[in-house]
Amino acid sequence: MTEHASKQYDLDLDSIRSRVLQMGGLVESQIRRALDVLAKGDRALADEVIAGDRRVNAMEVALDGDCNHLIVKRQPAAGDLRMIFAISKTVTDLERIGDEAQKIARMAKSIHERGAPSVPLTVDVRHAAELAIAMLQRTLDAFARLDCDAAQEVIRADAGIDSEFRSILRQLITYMMEDPRTITMALEIVWIAKAVERIGDHAKNMAEYVIYIVKGTDVRHTGTVSAEA
Amino acid sequence: MSAPDTLMSQDLMQEAQAAPASKAEVDRLDFYYGDFRALKSISMPVYDRQVTALIGPSGCGKSTFLRCFNRMHDLYPGNRYAGRIVLHPDNSDLLAREVDPIEVRMRLGMVFQKPNPFPKSIFENVAYGLRVRGEGSRRRIEEKVEQALEDAALFDEVKDRLHEPAYNLSGGQQQRLCIARALATDPELLLFDEPTSALDPIATASIEELIHDLKKRVTILIVTHNMQQAARVSDYTAYMYLGELIEFGVTDELFIKPKMKQTEDYITGRFG
Repeated sequence: MTEHASKQYDLDLDSIRSRVLQMGGLVESQIRRALDVLAKGDRALADEVIAGDRRVNAMEVALDGDCNHLIVKRQPAAGDLRMIFAISKTVTDLERIGDEAQKIARMAKSIHERGAPSVPLTVDVRHAAELAIAMLQRTLDAFARLDCDAAQEVIRADAGIDSEFRSILRQLITYMMEDPRTITMALEIVWIAKAVERIGDHAKNMAEYVIYIVKGTDVRHTGTVSAEA
Repeated sequence: MSAPDTLMSQDLMQEAQAAPASKAEVDRLDFYYGDFRALKSISMPVYDRQVTALIGPSGCGKSTFLRCFNRMHDLYPGNRYAGRIVLHPDNSDLLAREVDPIEVRMRLGMVFQKPNPFPKSIFENVAYGLRVRGEGSRRRIEEKVEQALEDAALFDEVKDRLHEPAYNLSGGQQQRLCIARALATDPELLLFDEPTSALDPIATASIEELIHDLKKRVTILIVTHNMQQAARVSDYTAYMYLGELIEFGVTDELFIKPKMKQTEDYITGRFG
């Protein structure tokens, strides 16, 4: 994209974009650390993750404010307008991912506070979570490079996480039926798996915004990646 | 890429259904100031009772284009038109040699950047066009003047001082007076050449509001430097550059998702 006649406009936009990526990085590390809590039961780390969500929230508020300022000052049009609009929505999804990470940390802490896990399913959740993190990374990458193909891959990948979630659920139900004493913990793991599945949904939303930025087509709720045309 | 034909034709059908009837058709219009070709083969529709905005950087030819419609360029020797501007419903070519420019101007109204009332009373400014047309009935003229001032949203502000000089009015009021003057003769097409660039934001808002109301009855073509204004007031937008029409389309689409990179660069401030 060529530069604006106003250098300050370019600087403002670049600053907003790079802080979206920073926020994405922060959110990703929140998820990773929340999963570490689940794997290792480090309660101090759990508290750090829970407290860390405040930083995510603050970034959301700051970035939204900057988007508002830019709209007022520059009245962005066309690609700039789509960019700002998409960023404002992306930031909301990132903040929600932050909430999910916090939720995972809480659940993981509570599981470990009750003693050693009695349901050996953390591995499966971990696998789904790795898929979700990969989606988040790729969608941020697609955003940074305005890469529609990468965004489309993320959208397709979401189905994989959804099916992982269903399979985790089936396994947990089996455990719960066999031994009702596992119900409390199994439900907590369901919540964690659900949080992971939601992270995938948010990453998918963000990928859809990337396509909107680049092509101007709204592929939300269309069921397929119809922007391929 | 092989998009199915049926899909394509469906799109075209939708477009045809969405597009209103056209009031005028610009067909391969060229315009020369002497040897200088200021307009290069411009073709576009002007839709009936819609507002069409012309945008583009200074010198792109948008005012030149607007002035072709009422044959203002005829006033200077050496100017030359080629191509046609066909006005509907009678399909007359405004640029045809045998068409009298005075006849053309009877059907069109024009409002300029700076309000230019005549050095006459408020009433006489609006009555002028009617008198030129030979309207003799005092009562008819009074009715028409009042109606035009009403339509230009000025009547309430001036009804008690219709016979005061027009120059006593504020800039915004003078501009609305010029619009009333243009409306008095029931034009089919109103041409606005940056009508608000000399006005403050409040007066600008009132002119924009007026444009919105007027389009129920009259087709409007407006040249503006203010892109937000084009986005606010127009239904269709044409982007011009160096005498060429780069892109013409529905305003909302053009400002959110322009088809041409040149348009995108201009409306996002990347021009330079």
